[in-house]
Amino acid sequence: MNSSPPSSAVSIQGVSKTFRSGTTALADIDLDIQPGEFVSLIGPSGCGKSTLLRIVGDLIQPSAGSVQVNGKSAERARLDHDYGIVFQDAVLYDWRTVGRNVSLPLEMLGWSRDRRKARVQEMLELVELVGFESSRPWQLSGGMQQRVSIARALSFDPSLLLMDEPFGALDEMTRERLNLELLRIWEAAGSTVLFVTHSIPEAVFLSTRVVVMSARPGRIAEIVPVDLSHPRTVATREDARFFELVTAVREALAVGHGDGGARGTSAREVY
Amino acid sequence: MSVVAEPVGIRSTSNVGRRLRDWLPAVVVFVLAIALWQGLTTVFHVQTFLLPKPSDITRSFWDNKSPLWHAGLYTFKEAAGGFVIGSGLGILAALVLARFRNIGLALMPFAIAANAVPIIAFAPITNNWFGLLNPFSKMAIAAVLCFFPTMVNTLRGLTSVHPSSIELMRSYGGGETATFRHVRIPNSLPFMFVGLKISAVLSMIGAIVGEYFGGPTNALGVSILNDTQLFDFPRAWAGIVLASAFGLSLYALVALVEHYTTSWHPSARALTTE
Repeated sequence: MNSSPPSSAVSIQGVSKTFRSGTTALADIDLDIQPGEFVSLIGPSGCGKSTLLRIVGDLIQPSAGSVQVNGKSAERARLDHDYGIVFQDAVLYDWRTVGRNVSLPLEMLGWSRDRRKARVQEMLELVELVGFESSRPWQLSGGMQQRVSIARALSFDPSLLLMDEPFGALDEMTRERLNLELLRIWEAAGSTVLFVTHSIPEAVFLSTRVVVMSARPGRIAEIVPVDLSHPRTVATREDARFFELVTAVREALAVGHGDGGARGTSAREVY
Repeated sequence: MSVVAEPVGIRSTSNVGRRLRDWLPAVVVFVLAIALWQGLTTVFHVQTFLLPKPSDITRSFWDNKSPLWHAGLYTFKEAAGGFVIGSGLGILAALVLARFRNIGLALMPFAIAANAVPIIAFAPITNNWFGLLNPFSKMAIAAVLCFFPTMVNTLRGLTSVHPSSIELMRSYGGGETATFRHVRIPNSLPFMFVGLKISAVLSMIGAIVGEYFGGPTNALGVSILNDTQLFDFPRAWAGIVLASAFGLSLYALVALVEHYTTSWHPSARALTTE
């Protein structure tokens, strides 16, 4: 077994995934993520970015290669609660109040009632939902539900946050507000984030690095480092450098899509 | 600290008043229907054996209230016993089938086929198995009737969960036990109650029909049968009304438990104010 340097938060080595149907979702992926990084995976549908996220979370087994999280096997990391996960749907349980949804992982970890209660308060403050702990999930808007989901994922203080298109189902305005909020939370919590998205501006705005993937089989086409300064604000989106990076990612996507010349059309399709 | 939106949930000012208003149309329809029944049977001189007047049925019920009530209670106990046994086994079977998917795949076609069997046709058989006068012969047929709707609906609830909720449990290192406890079982409750409400009604039907094939004289089904043979139709109708009342009360009891255990369900949105 190849052991990665202990400094990596996530170390993906030679990972491939072929499904039983015969589809090759991922081919020979190598990626190293340092602690505190915010890495986005972007690519066309079917490039296996969600599959890769699930392999890191030990929710899917790779066909080949290995994944290490915090220097441990992905399975060990999962059992040690090293990561929190956020899906495209908030996946809140209707039979629990907002507060008890946030405290669910804490219950499973065996935290005492008082400690849970204090932490839930803290988390709801973090996602600006104080006063909603006894509401039902379906009483909240989509954006608020997703904030609850983020609070739940961070409640037990995991060092890694896995996010699978968390804002994909939200309207543009809510998405941009939540992007800002996520950056604030990330800076406050100091965790590492692996973030799957379809949106180029979102990937550039949030990330320290954007991993551009190509489809069938899913490979890493290019890694675009994002050198925008922190903390990022609404003004960052107006920055000339922001547009340059958006263009760079779009071009990398077009190349990955197999027609580098006609970058306009295919990139728009992805976008 | 900026709170972006207000908590949802408007407390109604007069809950009781609103409930009454909600029920008023149904009460009006009920009263009108009874009045129409009474009026038409009187005006057209409808023979009692075809359709007795509501007033005759009421009078007959009042005159025979003690034997009818005891007969009703006896049959209700059979129905309730069958409901508890049948539904309990149905829930248990659903849990086993959901946990061990291979058993489920092997047994499900048979369960569906068995569900299509007119189970009530077995009533004479269970009478033979347990003895005509043994209440368990009626409980058995009621139990078999309750088993399938409860099992099928509960199983659907246990298995129709969002795939991501399972992944979420797994991400917390939770195994099958945690998944059942935190996801599958709570998710199945609204489905289970659909099955239980069907079963509540079926159990009374099972017990009564079982008694039509023979039973002790203090049973409601036997009483109704005897009354029709003695041409005492108002009393037979009084028995039927009583049987319906007992059936409804079991249904209402289940609905009440449902209301308190699944008030979180979005379908209860209209009923809960918070």
